[in-house]
Amino acid sequence: MPNFVMSYLGSTVTPGQAGNQFWALMYVLIIFAGVSVAVMAMNWLERKALAHFQIRLGPMRVGPHGLLQPFADALKLMLKEDIIPTEADQFVFWVAPLIGLLASFTVYTVIPFGPSQAVSDMNIGILFMLGVSSLAVLGIVVAGWASNSHYPLIGALRSSAQMVSYEVAMGLAVVSAVLMTSMNASGTGTLSMIGIVQAQQQQGIWFIFKFFPLGFIAFAIFAIAMVAETNRAPFDMAEAESELTAGYHTEYSGLRWSLFMLAEYAAMIAVSSIAVTLWLGGWMRPFPNLLQAPAWEFIFSLFPGLTFAGLAAIAFIGTARMPAQSFFRVQRIGLAVFAALLGFIALLLLVIAVAGRTADTSVAARFREGIDYVYWFVLKVAVFMYLFIWYRATWPRYRFDQLMRIGWKVMLPIALGVLMLTAIVGVIVS
Amino acid sequence: MSISEKGNPNALANAVSNLDLDTPEKPYLDSNELIINMGPQHPATHGVLRVILKLDGEKVLGTECVIGYLHRGVEKIAENRTYTMFNPYVDRMDYCAAVSNGLGYCEAVEKLMNVEAPARAQYIRVILTELNRIASHQLWLGTHALDIGAMTPLFYTFRDREEILKIFERYCGARLTTHAFRIGGCQYETYAGFEKDVTNFLSFFAPKIDEYEALLTTNRIWLERTKNVGVISAADAIALGVTGPVLRASGVKWDLRKAQPYANYSKFDFEIPIGENGDTYDRYLVRMEEMRQSMRIIEQAVGGIPEGPIMGKVPKVIKPPVGEIYHSIEAPKGELGYFIVSDGSTQPYRLRVRPPSFVNLQALDIMVRGLLIADVVAVIGTIDIVLGEVDR
Amino acid sequence: MAEEVKTPAPPPPPQPQPAKTGPSGGPEGEKKPTAEKPAAAESAAPAKPAAPAGKSDVPAKAAAPAKPAVPTPVPWTSPLVEKYRNQYGSGLEALTYLGQNYLSVDRSLIPDILRRLREDEQFDYCVDVTAAHYPKREKQFDVIWILYSFARNERMRVKTQIADGASIASAVSIWPTANWLEREVYDMFGIRFDGHPDLKRILLPDGWKGYPLRKDYGILQQDTEWVQINLGIESGQ
Repeated sequence: MPNFVMSYLGSTVTPGQAGNQFWALMYVLIIFAGVSVAVMAMNWLERKALAHFQIRLGPMRVGPHGLLQPFADALKLMLKEDIIPTEADQFVFWVAPLIGLLASFTVYTVIPFGPSQAVSDMNIGILFMLGVSSLAVLGIVVAGWASNSHYPLIGALRSSAQMVSYEVAMGLAVVSAVLMTSMNASGTGTLSMIGIVQAQQQQGIWFIFKFFPLGFIAFAIFAIAMVAETNRAPFDMAEAESELTAGYHTEYSGLRWSLFMLAEYAAMIAVSSIAVTLWLGGWMRPFPNLLQAPAWEFIFSLFPGLTFAGLAAIAFIGTARMPAQSFFRVQRIGLAVFAALLGFIALLLLVIAVAGRTADTSVAARFREGIDYVYWFVLKVAVFMYLFIWYRATWPRYRFDQLMRIGWKVMLPIALGVLMLTAIVGVIVS
Repeated sequence: MSISEKGNPNALANAVSNLDLDTPEKPYLDSNELIINMGPQHPATHGVLRVILKLDGEKVLGTECVIGYLHRGVEKIAENRTYTMFNPYVDRMDYCAAVSNGLGYCEAVEKLMNVEAPARAQYIRVILTELNRIASHQLWLGTHALDIGAMTPLFYTFRDREEILKIFERYCGARLTTHAFRIGGCQYETYAGFEKDVTNFLSFFAPKIDEYEALLTTNRIWLERTKNVGVISAADAIALGVTGPVLRASGVKWDLRKAQPYANYSKFDFEIPIGENGDTYDRYLVRMEEMRQSMRIIEQAVGGIPEGPIMGKVPKVIKPPVGEIYHSIEAPKGELGYFIVSDGSTQPYRLRVRPPSFVNLQALDIMVRGLLIADVVAVIGTIDIVLGEVDR
Repeated sequence: MAEEVKTPAPPPPPQPQPAKTGPSGGPEGEKKPTAEKPAAAESAAPAKPAAPAGKSDVPAKAAAPAKPAVPTPVPWTSPLVEKYRNQYGSGLEALTYLGQNYLSVDRSLIPDILRRLREDEQFDYCVDVTAAHYPKREKQFDVIWILYSFARNERMRVKTQIADGASIASAVSIWPTANWLEREVYDMFGIRFDGHPDLKRILLPDGWKGYPLRKDYGILQQDTEWVQINLGIESGQ
């Protein structure tokens, strides 16, 4: 068995391809844990960033600068009474959040955090991804219906109509990106998520810049559609709190409600990952072909460590700026510990970056590379996450009919046009 | 949309009549109308307003407002209190514009007693009332934008409203229910630095309005959500007794401060902003401009506060002669009237408040028919109701 | 009319002065009627022939005010009033108090007068409909319409007296805004309006017993039965 475990280390393919169930399972667990933590972090960041947009401080009490707020929230939600309305369809009501959660987490099996840092590399990866993420709507519809209440029902109907409409434009935008993968010597494209990133590497260009502005328009359409797909502002019709109180999850409370939230945020990360994979070069660092010299390799490999060092520095500054009263003592110590933790991670990453360069075992080199890949991927996704928050702070909410109009009358024709133009330009160029 | 313009006033009357919840409007195939109960606990009904919506999918076929959840019987209380004792109660009606309520009440009683507040008191009254108008409009803007989904303006407006409330607090010790005026004048002399505070506020607030406008006025989504939403024609607005910014946005240039000047508004130079289409966007623009005009009034008033007493010659015991009076002022939400019947005793024999929110709310049904659910909250927000005043 | 009655007696007495129109401007120097003339004249052209007749009346006024400090209602003259007086005779009395004009009208004339004020005299905005209760009178209620004309920038009140249990014509077909206002009057006083599209309580709950703004309804009084059934508490106090 140890051999079975160890033999995969150093492999350049995903555990799925290598047929290694153990590591596939490990990856699933790591991703599940990682995404859950990311959702918590996102929760904190959203509250904090939104607060700063709105000249507030946001959470400040639970932990230094509210750092422990997500944990407090999670604890509170778990301890809360789980109310199931008497008139609701009990079983369906119970199962609905799980459907949503399953759909948004299953998607992660094909998201490539690196060339081998994925559970599996399906050759229909992107298709699988779109298909599974569409299942999330089932959870929402079922939740709205099972609640046996008007607001959730309307929210569910809105949500399903919205997701179905935007999937069309979204799909067409994806197809035009997939089309670009076939612009190579052999003329064969790929649906594999890893393949798409590798195609960008081969062609030496992120697809967002390919056939400018065609790639960019397709990306923009996807970027808009993915906001609608995840029911986020300004397309948060399904849970528009000023209209439908809380939309499809009005009747949910406690843990079940938090599952919906978890699913929503996981879905946000998932669609952002698709956008990053398809148009922004996935796990690749900037200029992987142009700046190939070992010196550049080394400089770029320092980035993860430096980022954490920066975060640690910010946390240390925060510690120093905390008021001197004894009231803040615990918070100060907490923040200092947090800063030290970040600093330790930074140190570790820097050591790995330096040591991994001279390491002779392939396992160590793989490990160092893996950190780089995941770092760049997460960084790109984080930009989208920030955009999600920014949208929410800035814009009012669209009305339902306007949303539909934009989906069908604006985005769909543009996506179709871009697709055709991409094909034509592709034929001409090759 | 103008129903009354088609020549039949009864059409409008019938349109305002209440919802028939039992008979479907369009009995075709298997479609069901959905009756939705919005409120009294709902994030966007600005208090305890309950609106029963009859929906065809998302489309609103009709509405019925159920009000009275905040009914405190202010008019009955008035009959059992002396004129002076009743003064603080009026603050609790439109608690977002307590100063305006107080001004209307004090002026009505003064008129009944045939006395007038001295000039200095009039100036202080105008300044505080106009500050309160700005505060009320800020609160409206924040909540209205929040209803439409823009979260951020709420916090900006509340940040700036705080400055006004601070001035109130320094002046009379209270922030919201100020009870700033007395029958015959003002209770308090201005504190040292009052003028400076007010002028500071003016220079602080001028760029803030631009900040609000930068977020909303040309925002595409905001335009789409507010243009041609909740349209009410001038004829309908008049027929329904709608007043205030809602009426002015429909193009009727009518403001009691100009039409029948009270306090000493005739001394000040200001414009009445009007709209053209009577839609939600015009009402938004009108209120934004009204804030600017209020600033103009305050600027003129604060520069010219005369010296002199702040209380007129009123007896200790307010005992108006037998008679009845109707006096109304332009509150931030519309015409706020007080109809007082005096029997010569120290208590009003009958006191009727003509609340602008109550009457304006009646137009909700006309304004939202045929629109979508999302527009209902937009229109409730744009009418700018305060349930404390609707229910009294 | 300035009698010092302790019983609630509002200024317009039930048995009014003879319908004489004195010259505008009582001893107190009321400015309002004169100021109104130009505005009123332009809209009430047919009333002109009637005006001289009114003027020719002796300016003798029965109630010479004894105490000038206390303002008293004085007759209100205007072409509008003349026109209606000629038509309706003694069923109508026009007075001015503190510069505010009002018509005291017999109950039977109400629908007619209101409609004509709306259609002929451009009183297109019904500010308020309200009532007052005088339990010691035979006709217990005053119903008051406060009207405003945008074209003339002029306010007036129309009031009438009705007995308890009697009903009065609804003004909803004249001013749609009267809908809720009349409902509130019904809710608070129990005055019924004929022809109202949906006369039911508006501020109080539907099943409530009693009309709170009547004078015989105590300030602490409540419908205990309703409270016990619907709120499940002994008492709302």
